[in-house]
Amino acid sequence: MKILVCISHVPDTTSKINFVEDNTKFDAAGVQFIIGPYDDYALARAIELKESMGATVTVLNVGQAETEPTIRKALAIGADDAIRVNAFPSDSFFVASQIAEHAKGFDLVLMGRESIDYNTGVVHSMVGEMLGIPSLSPVMKLDIEGDLVKMQREIEGGKESLEAKLPLVAGCQEPIAEWKIPNMRGIMSARTKPLNVVEPKAVDKPVDFKKYELPPAKGAVKMISEDNVSELVTLLKNEAKVL
Amino acid sequence: MAILVFVESADGKIKKTSLEAVAFAHAMGDAVTAIALGTIDSGELEAIGKYGANKVLSVADARLDQGVIKAYAAVLMQAMEAEGADTLVLANSSLGTPVGASVAIKMGASLASNVIELPKTDGGYIVKQSIYTGKAFAQVELKNEKKVIGIKKNAVELKEVGSNATVSAFAATLSEDDFGTKITATDKATGDILLPEAEIVVSGGRGMKGPEHWGMLEELAKTLGAATGCSKPVSDIGWRPHHEHVGQTGVKVAPQLYVAIGISGAIQHLAGVNSSKCIVVINKDADAPFFKAADYGIVGDAFDVVPKLTEALKAAK
Ligand SMILES: Cc1cc2nc3c(=O)[nH]c(=O)nc-3n(C[C@H](O)[C@H](O)[C@H](O)COP(=O)(O)OP(=O)(O)OC[C@H]3O[C@@H](n4cnc5c(N)ncnc54)[C@H](O)[C@@H]3O)c2cc1C
Ligand SMILES: Nc1ncnc2c1ncn2[C@@H]1O[C@H](COP(=O)(O)O)[C@@H](O)[C@H]1O
Repeated sequence: MKILVCISHVPDTTSKINFVEDNTKFDAAGVQFIIGPYDDYALARAIELKESMGATVTVLNVGQAETEPTIRKALAIGADDAIRVNAFPSDSFFVASQIAEHAKGFDLVLMGRESIDYNTGVVHSMVGEMLGIPSLSPVMKLDIEGDLVKMQREIEGGKESLEAKLPLVAGCQEPIAEWKIPNMRGIMSARTKPLNVVEPKAVDKPVDFKKYELPPAKGAVKMISEDNVSELVTLLKNEAKVL
Repeated sequence: MAILVFVESADGKIKKTSLEAVAFAHAMGDAVTAIALGTIDSGELEAIGKYGANKVLSVADARLDQGVIKAYAAVLMQAMEAEGADTLVLANSSLGTPVGASVAIKMGASLASNVIELPKTDGGYIVKQSIYTGKAFAQVELKNEKKVIGIKKNAVELKEVGSNATVSAFAATLSEDDFGTKITATDKATGDILLPEAEIVVSGGRGMKGPEHWGMLEELAKTLGAATGCSKPVSDIGWRPHHEHVGQTGVKVAPQLYVAIGISGAIQHLAGVNSSKCIVVINKDADAPFFKAADYGIVGDAFDVVPKLTEALKAAK
């Protein structure tokens, strides 16, 4: 079985978000980049499947040269080889078009439920549609029996059990697998695993990110004594007007 | 040009977030057709008109009682063509988001997600999207003639603007292949207030000490008419079900009121609640980072404060 795992290279979850160049560009100064937390679940499940049933795992990232340490980390966790599509991931359609270009021939394409930068949660659906294969997200359980994939998907207030045939695309989230931490041997071997850099396919972009902004600053907190809880009720009613 | 709005239902009722999508489309100014899939009571369908739909299409095919993404996308595309609609508006959700993305690819439309205010059309067609889990916003130009716009909860204020609409049946052509993905079971809390859509959320963290103490939170939630949520460790340890986990890697909520009890306020948790209108924090540690993100705070032991708060709310009713 051939598994493709698509990983995004995103600011660490504790990063302070800022923009530069007249608010047209993300400020990467001092920001630590990681494999998207959901993509990390997808990768972990792919490695588990490789161990339990035999598979090759390829990771793919659409990104410029600075994403290579993130890709090497995925190789250290246990992927066999990697593809980097050498381009700035400008929008979901662009990224999905690049992934679809390389995803043919894979039995299973695993992604995260959403990237934590643009949070659109649509790249997997787009890739599924482009390839004409099913796409499900957010998948919290995924098992393969022959060419049948049994999954559990989270829906508002509960979950849904699903069955579909391979090939398919899944956007993953916990508890599909436990995050894996690379060990020393993994880190050593990652250095020599193939990381193929390919140029992007040209696509007409349907959207254009023009400008960014930060939310307005929050006002100061009003503290209420624990002996005067009814004051909180009054404030919620009359001041905040949320009751 | 006409706008088509995809409306979802839960427990036989049109979802509030979908009514917001209708109100949003109405405020955009063009003629609005709403479409609902599956078996839904006609009174519910007619009432969509009150929020701004000029007409309502119903696809009462029992196979669509389950949200089969591929079949839904096929129906919506056919309806857009039949109605001559160039724009599809929907509420972002576990069904709306993938369905919208599929339609966008099928039709060559520009897709926007998590849109928080009405588009601006002077100088290109620009929408404002929430990004970085609510930590920032982007102005995005939608360049194609066809558009699919997914809106975030509270993008627009819900108010009645019209009267009941006429409902007509829409016949869609569906093939076996559209139902290739089988939903074998649905395990969903019914009757409960759904966390992603709740107006008030009462959420507990590790400070609650154990699942046996959740009765106290549930009592408070019941008094407020709230849904219950929790921090990630709480669902990881299994004190609460996974779908209650709020934060960057869980449910993003946007209620009027979020009450955080025994939650420290880690940045990943805050990312899931920063769209709340008002935040109340109850924590025994005056230095808990959550207080910085709060509107109102009480420093105290949850085991004393929460029952007192529930009593005070009951007394004020
Ligand atoms: C990649 C990544 C993603 C993550 N995503 C999420 C996410 O989506 N959501 C999330 O919640 N976390 C997430 N986390 C975890 C996050 O960093 C914190 O560890 C977590 O939010 C802490 O949960 P907590 O506040 O319940 O527990 P703690 O940090 O242990 O805080 C417990 C709080 O309870 C207070 N307390 C204790 N006893 C009482 C009492 N009797 N009365 C009142 N207060 C009391 C304490 O003062 C303390 O502030 C993520 C972490 C990572 C690395
Ligand atoms: N630049 C990228 N390269 C590879 N995969 C990506 C990239 N961006 C997003 N993805 C994948 O698509 C998923 C959904 O992303 P999104 O639709 O942006 O929320 C992510 O969890 C990743 O698995």
